[in-house]
Amino acid sequence: MSAPDAPAVLLTVIRSGALTTVQDLGRAGHAHLGVPHSGALDRPAHLLANALVGNAPSAAGLETTVNGCAVRASGPMVAAVTGAACAVRVDGRPVAWGAPVRVPAGAVLDVGAARRGLRSYLAFAGGLDVPPVLGSRATDLLSGLGPAPLADGRELRLGGERSGPPRAADVHPYAGLGPELVLPLVPGPRDDWFAADAPRVLARGRYEVSPASNRIGLRTAGPALDRVRHDELPSEGMVLGAVQVPPDGRPVVFLADHPTTGGYPVIGVVPEAALWAAAQAAPGTPVRFVPAGGTR
Amino acid sequence: MAAGPAAVLVEAEDGEQAQALHAEVVRRRAAGELGEVAEVVPAARTVLVAGLADPRAFAADVLRWEVPPLVRAAAGTVELEVRFDGPDLADVAALWRMSTEEVAATVTGTAFRVAFCGFAPGFGYLTGLPPELAVPRRASPRTSVPPGSVGLAGPYAGVYPRASPGGWQVVGTTDAPLWDPDRDPAALLTPGTDVRFTAAR
Repeated sequence: MSAPDAPAVLLTVIRSGALTTVQDLGRAGHAHLGVPHSGALDRPAHLLANALVGNAPSAAGLETTVNGCAVRASGPMVAAVTGAACAVRVDGRPVAWGAPVRVPAGAVLDVGAARRGLRSYLAFAGGLDVPPVLGSRATDLLSGLGPAPLADGRELRLGGERSGPPRAADVHPYAGLGPELVLPLVPGPRDDWFAADAPRVLARGRYEVSPASNRIGLRTAGPALDRVRHDELPSEGMVLGAVQVPPDGRPVVFLADHPTTGGYPVIGVVPEAALWAAAQAAPGTPVRFVPAGGTR
Repeated sequence: MAAGPAAVLVEAEDGEQAQALHAEVVRRRAAGELGEVAEVVPAARTVLVAGLADPRAFAADVLRWEVPPLVRAAAGTVELEVRFDGPDLADVAALWRMSTEEVAATVTGTAFRVAFCGFAPGFGYLTGLPPELAVPRRASPRTSVPPGSVGLAGPYAGVYPRASPGGWQVVGTTDAPLWDPDRDPAALLTPGTDVRFTAAR
């Protein structure tokens, strides 16, 4: 879909980083077919990056993990980096984070290691032109839908779709990261499967983000939650933010690539608005689950 | 039951009623009676309705629904041709105390229905076998089950849409296109679909 007046810009991956994936707003409405929602884990950061380069909210960009990535542009382009704070360089020269950046033809845009947070977001004017699957270009690491994670040497085409002018936002509505991750927890649907002291254990804050966390779930290390019901739970539908408790008793917060059904009880659900911070919590960050109002 | 601030998990008495409830949710959603709904996810004994503008109202309302019993839509039956050549066919025959030919006849003679999907895109959990024919999963899962493998586990039958690890007892293989993202719906086996297996010659 390149515009007739502008040859498509190709990005060549120079440094793919620990895990860099193509992300957008995900593929909603297919959970009943076993298709995870997927999409950017830190949605506000993804939306901000798109807005900064003048893209529609649905345009696809990149999500990095821990140590950023680097790409070379075949032609001039405008990009923006948001999410985890990091050094941004064009051909080695420092440029702004959280602002539209002009990248000349042949230059390398390097997104450095996260200094605060975990995942940085790159938007490119025109968006990434990879073939959509079920209406989304997002990489889904659970089911394998969407493009494979970036590898060195891979080429990505920028979409020639007309985007608006880049704009430097006056105020970035971006929540800062505290020293601990506090997640509100709406109880249910299976909170009655756990011992009465479970909410207290969750709130006391002796959990931390486990290094085994990924786009599927934020895993925790900490005290095991005791169950009062030990029978097998028949598979049931899982929502984004569901806090599932596997047999080891350590809660797992389901993120964008979570399975659509699961067989372990869900003690509560973290509302979506609190999950973006979870996406930026590095391993070792203390986690507390505080009770939030339910609808029961 | 609340499943977060915008979703309700509705629990049914059993799998059959969960399927009937799912059909009713789908009908009412299509009729525009439910307002905003992002996802309707049936499962073994529940139906998850997510992305509701007013989950409290829905939760109160659903308790008052009269859910009609399931009807089989004979016209919409999906037929899957199966070669009964699976590596676990003999084990299933032993569990069912019958010959491998009788296993094939039992599977092809059963009217299945997709109760729900999960595990992988397009993987349907098919009900229809009598409870006494439930089989355990394999003691050690295979690291890779080929696409098209027809398996049994617990009360369910299922077909692997693509190669994946799996612990189901594989009794046969089908060449049916179970998953095609360019098709709408992408899954051949969607919840509520009636399914019959036929023996390949």
